[in-house]
Amino acid sequence: MHTILGKQRLSPNVTRIDVAAPRIAAIRQPGQFVIVHRTEGAERIPLTIADADPETGSITLVIQAVGKSTRELVSLDPGQGIEDIAGPLGHPTEMIDSGRAVCVGGGVGTAVVHPIAQGLSRRGVSVTSIIGGRSREWIIFEPELRQLGEVIVCTDDGSYGRKGFVTDALKEQLEAGDVKIVYAVGPVPMMRAVAKLTRPFEVRTIVSLNPVMIDGTGMCGGCRVSVGSETRFACVDGPEFDGHQVDFDELMDRLGTYREFEQRAACAPSECHLGQPTKPDTER
Amino acid sequence: MPDKITTKQRLQIGRQKMPEQGSRERAVNFAEVNLGFPEQLALLEADRCLQCKDPRCIKGCPVNVNIPRFIEFLTAGQLAEAAQSLLCDNALPAVTGRVCPQETQCEAECIRGNKGMPVGIGYLERYVADWARLHKEAVPPVKAPPTGRSVVVIGSGPSGLTAAGELVRRGHAVTIYEALHKPGGVLVYGIPEFRLPKKIVEQEVRRLKEAGVKIQCNVIVGRTYTLQELQAEFDAVFIANGAGLPVFMNVPGENLKGVYSANEYLTRVNLMAAYQSEQANTPVLRARRVAVVGGGNVAMDSVRTARRLGAEQAMIVYRRTRDEMPARTEEIHHAAEEGVQFEELTAPVEVIGNDQRWVTGLKCVRMRLGAPDDSGRASPEPVPGSEFILPCDVVVVAVGTRPNPLLTATCPELRLNARGNIITDENGMTNLPGVFAGGDIVRGAATVILAMGDGKKVAGSIDHWLTREQPTL
Ligand SMILES: Cc1cc2nc3c(=O)[nH]c(=O)nc-3n(C[C@H](O)[C@H](O)[C@H](O)COP(=O)(O)OP(=O)(O)OC[C@H]3O[C@@H](n4cnc5c(N)ncnc54)[C@H](O)[C@@H]3O)c2cc1C
Ligand SMILES: Cc1cc2nc3c(=O)[nH]c(=O)nc-3n(C[C@H](O)[C@H](O)[C@H](O)COP(=O)(O)OP(=O)(O)OC[C@H]3O[C@@H](n4cnc5c(N)ncnc54)[C@H](O)[C@@H]3O)c2cc1C
Ligand code: SF4
Ligand code: SF4
Ligand code: FES
Repeated sequence: MHTILGKQRLSPNVTRIDVAAPRIAAIRQPGQFVIVHRTEGAERIPLTIADADPETGSITLVIQAVGKSTRELVSLDPGQGIEDIAGPLGHPTEMIDSGRAVCVGGGVGTAVVHPIAQGLSRRGVSVTSIIGGRSREWIIFEPELRQLGEVIVCTDDGSYGRKGFVTDALKEQLEAGDVKIVYAVGPVPMMRAVAKLTRPFEVRTIVSLNPVMIDGTGMCGGCRVSVGSETRFACVDGPEFDGHQVDFDELMDRLGTYREFEQRAACAPSECHLGQPTKPDTER
Repeated sequence: MPDKITTKQRLQIGRQKMPEQGSRERAVNFAEVNLGFPEQLALLEADRCLQCKDPRCIKGCPVNVNIPRFIEFLTAGQLAEAAQSLLCDNALPAVTGRVCPQETQCEAECIRGNKGMPVGIGYLERYVADWARLHKEAVPPVKAPPTGRSVVVIGSGPSGLTAAGELVRRGHAVTIYEALHKPGGVLVYGIPEFRLPKKIVEQEVRRLKEAGVKIQCNVIVGRTYTLQELQAEFDAVFIANGAGLPVFMNVPGENLKGVYSANEYLTRVNLMAAYQSEQANTPVLRARRVAVVGGGNVAMDSVRTARRLGAEQAMIVYRRTRDEMPARTEEIHHAAEEGVQFEELTAPVEVIGNDQRWVTGLKCVRMRLGAPDDSGRASPEPVPGSEFILPCDVVVVAVGTRPNPLLTATCPELRLNARGNIITDENGMTNLPGVFAGGDIVRGAATVILAMGDGKKVAGSIDHWLTREQPTL
């Protein structure tokens, strides 16, 4: 049993929880994730380790409540527990040791970008973060990222920072010329747009993929994604891949496999996207 | 009951039939198909054993269970002794009695198979084991005083569980690390409830825990701990992480929605309990037409699961014929009774989808049997121009598994063969001193009893290694 040590609401549907997992806290590296299984009968779901404190033995999970499992997790209170947390899983982020990196985060993806930016900054890399959301209240992790370097905030409605998409801001950075690598984590359409944008600039672009997972150990093959012309298992070969090689359309499509089922699984009215053709809310 | 029956009388008794759920009824539920012998049938079947002087059946069993001995105790009504005898040869008889391919092992060698039918060894094994599960006090665990030595077992499948049992019994401190949230390996995530109730595996696991084995789930060796760390912390390591990496067919369309590996399909239904209700948190597609590719136990389990999830048409697509299928005969037979269709001599070449990328069919080619291959089985070859489309909504790929490289990739010093299996010496030791391996990770996908056999044998080697003369420093 892993006890919830703290809980904080970051945006209307994103919640941070700190939970005891001493071994994982001690060894996790940026880019790695855990599989969380709340209790018997619950789903096993992957969540990125957004931060960790080896001293207190806690890891930080930043969860966007999009469906039954995530909603149940964010409804837990400090003192309550999660039965199973397995990890750390996946490969650590591919890092550079010098130069300039741009980290692009959309929605809850900003929380995933944070440990990457942290790792880069520790190595002496100059980090610019571009983070986006619908409006001011959806922007998360801004103060944490400011401690690591420049931050450009973009909102769809212009209520905070610049009005527009993260890609607009990224384009300017790329045109400035000295960007060595771009990391992008967010909804699939955002990652696809970022990869498309960086391609002509020939800037290496790492994206973190979020297919449906079960075991996270390479046993089921449910997380398979097409990268280059190969099938890869995101849980063991990823979750981060070269964005210029990823088949985003296939990923997007496969994420819709259980849509009908998910819509049936008790959907809170305020967040229900029943019938929406695309899934703007499958951010991470 | 006659005191002593003659051989002639024994020979007159026919093989008893296993009572089972009716095929119509069971095709829509997940309860166990075989119901087990009642006492009277068990005793009748036991009386069929001739108590051979040179029992060939024993040689047919990969772990050499002393079959006539436990059967003799059974006929004498000494069930505790029967159980003791059986458990001393085989740590999980309630499991093997249900899932061993007896027809190619113990029963294949039974002398009574020459004329008519072999003794139902598997059924009797199951009978005695089930009795022992209900009468735990009658078979107390054997335990040696603590040796002060420690062993870590990686993986809690049949190989790891068996080794752990053998090692605690000898007084060593044993810890099992398991990647999933529930122990049992393929026995819990792969083999379905209707063949091996989860309750049985749970009871076996509990018995091990009571004997002192520590089981820690959610530990992925290679990620949570490296093998090197374990080598430093424990006196010996036993790697039994199975061969859990699913192999796909490598045909176009395999990433369409509705294509599963058998591992994923069965895991969703078994481990994640999607079979228990349509409202289970982990979903599984319930399709009208399901095509399962393959002819082994895994394929049979998948297709029978599909049927139970409501498929009107549950089909096996296999490139040879039913006679060449590697699955247990009983499973093929049960599948057919449950209305499973067999598309024999058929090989998929492409998965077909609609414009929303949902599976709509499997493009196949007909095969014919040619010259025998290395394994002696006729090798199938495609019939030119015989392509056709088999309409279906879900495809389950059950064409085999390979060793999962997660652990081995993080320990490059460990010697592997070209297929990624760990290489061991005759004692089950790898090229790293004190690191042993067994089960599917060494053999490639094999059987429960072979994995258990390795667990037992290697536990002996580990015990030897731990208690060997230590060079004085
Ligand atoms: C490696 C990895 C790391 C992740 N890290 C985080 C994280 O740090 N924080 C976070 O909030 N989420 C993260 N996710 C996504 C998270 O796992 C899913 O949101 C979660 O499984 C949804 O479960 P649910 O039952 O709440 O929703 P469901 O009812 O299963 O789904 C609701 C909606 O989410 C979509 N969805 C389902 N599964 C996923 C998925 N794996 N990714 C994206 N959308 C999905 C569905 O299409 C549906 O529209 C990560 C995913 C992966 C693979
Ligand atoms: C669907 C199906 C049906 C079958 N039917 C039969 C049958 O009827 N009869 C028969 O004899 N055989 C059958 N088999 C084959 C049999 O189940 C296997 O040969 C046997 O389970 C192998 O045992 P094992 O202990 O080597 O490995 P497994 O049972 O595979 O167990 C390995 C365990 O190790 C864990 N693990 C893996 N990697 C790690 C890691 N890095 N760290 C920690 N833990 C890890 C896994 O999660 C798993 O629990 C079947 C197999 C399947 C899949
Ligand atoms: S373990 Fe399997 S092969 Fe051996 S006697 Fe029992 S059923 Fe037969
Ligand atoms: S070979 Fe058959 S008849 Fe002979 S001892 Fe074995 S089970 Fe009994
Ligand atoms: S989640 Fe099962 S193989 Fe990746």
